[in-house]
Amino acid sequence: MTANQIAISYLVASVLFILALRDLAHPRTARRGNVFGIVGMAMAVATTLAVTRRIDIPLAMMAGGGIVGIAIARRVQMTQMPELVAAMHSLVGVAAVMIAVAILNDPLAFDLPYPIPRGNRVELFIGTVVGAITFSGSVVAFGKLAGLGRYGRIFSSAPVTYPGQHWINLALALVMIYYGVLFVNEIPGQQWPAFMYMTAVAFLLGVLIIIPIGGADMPVVISMLNSYSGWAAAGIGFSLNNSMLIIAGSLVGSSGAILSYIMCRAMNRSFFSVILGGFGGAEGTAAKGAGQRTVKSGSAEDVAFLLGNAESVIIVPGYGLAVGRAQHAVKEMAQKLTAKGVNVRYAIHPVAGRMPGHMNVLLAEAEVPYDQVLEMEDINSDFGSTDVAFVLGANDVVNPLAEQPGSPIYGMPILEAHKARTVLVNKRSMAAGYAGIDNPLFYMDRTMMVFGDAKKVVEDIVKALD
Amino acid sequence: MTGSVDPVIINITVFVLAVFVGYHVVWNVTPALHTPLMSVTNAISSVIMVGAILASGAGTASVAGMLGAVAVALVAINTFGGFMVSHRMLAMFRKKDDANRK
Repeated sequence: MTANQIAISYLVASVLFILALRDLAHPRTARRGNVFGIVGMAMAVATTLAVTRRIDIPLAMMAGGGIVGIAIARRVQMTQMPELVAAMHSLVGVAAVMIAVAILNDPLAFDLPYPIPRGNRVELFIGTVVGAITFSGSVVAFGKLAGLGRYGRIFSSAPVTYPGQHWINLALALVMIYYGVLFVNEIPGQQWPAFMYMTAVAFLLGVLIIIPIGGADMPVVISMLNSYSGWAAAGIGFSLNNSMLIIAGSLVGSSGAILSYIMCRAMNRSFFSVILGGFGGAEGTAAKGAGQRTVKSGSAEDVAFLLGNAESVIIVPGYGLAVGRAQHAVKEMAQKLTAKGVNVRYAIHPVAGRMPGHMNVLLAEAEVPYDQVLEMEDINSDFGSTDVAFVLGANDVVNPLAEQPGSPIYGMPILEAHKARTVLVNKRSMAAGYAGIDNPLFYMDRTMMVFGDAKKVVEDIVKALD
Repeated sequence: MTGSVDPVIINITVFVLAVFVGYHVVWNVTPALHTPLMSVTNAISSVIMVGAILASGAGTASVAGMLGAVAVALVAINTFGGFMVSHRMLAMFRKKDDANRK
């Protein structure tokens, strides 16, 4: 293949990647989008194999990795998607570092001149440190998501904070840049030491910037690392003067950045306050003053009676629902109600789940039709005209305190479940949510609490509906 | 104007345009599909494998070749696993009518 043919082939692959993302706009076309992505990837890999010096080794390694990848993809539970994605980000990060070392070791294999031009060295520096931060940051994020806290405090879902934390990180970042400058300017005989020091500091920095971030902020972390993995790929593309790698990396990088922004907005927090961390550790602590106010509580039979006699019901699922593996029971309940002529819909808050869009996937897995599942902006105005809002395992995202100035969560967009004629809330106990604050929704006259494990409660409701 | 354009400038041109395209395309993705979006973009970022394949061409006798070969295997997990798990998820999204017909 001539250089021009290779470039054209890479261009086609780049266009296919763009089409893949475009088709993800709607569930109707999304599967086609995935196919575009696969075809683009196949073209990119085939073209590269046609020009590389030997193909036996890469093909064998690809087969090995591919078998592992497919085996994992087939077995993974949908509740484990955040862990899987975090683990995969770490692989892209570590691969970026390994490729950077290879470029430095043997530039001729990549058709780069020796010594490597200064411009490419700057790009190599960026690709390497972003890759290293992506790798170690994703490993920590994986540990936090997979609940590996017992194996080390850095994997704990509670934030790890200590005095001077941000100053230490800043100092380390400056050290990393210092070695980066040494590396770029290539002081004779210092190329490898400078490269290794800057990479080592980047690995350390990746760990240190993720440990102060608490469990509740994981959707932001995972989106951010998604973005980083793209920028790392783009950085390697820059060093290799490969437009396709730059395009693919930039698409991924901007996608992750947009998702981070959407998640931050949904929690009404600035990106920097999430990154600086220290929030979201106080899970399950009893809410202040909870004992002094009384709540009405009822049984599953009472709930079934109210739901069965309603004309319209909106179900508000939270992550507690997924933890209790109650999605299938909820779908069964919704089917029973629909058969009785009740209009049942689901309202999804952007941060219901542990990664963007997680709750939608969990409901889709339970075969809930996606046209019954509505986003916050689309359904919020309907709560006022709804007979029953049934809150299952959600707390902060339906807390009306978010509308009161001075409250810690003031300004956070919420699902307006409190506007429904009757509000039913299932919770295991009266413990506060991630934000650690009380929820006035539970004490309203129109609210009835039903305590217990979500799955058990919903199954009892299904029985009572017969 | 004299001389040819530095490749760095061409790279930056491509980069800036690609970020614009990415920005506009991704905002159109429905929030319900944000998890599949993440797994698809993750699979796409494994196109970094192109660099790993080139490195592995240097042969197992060199450091570059060894690292390249290991990197190919690692990102292949992403490529195959990422597209596969996206396919699994997207197959679950069905409309009311489709669900009833089943």
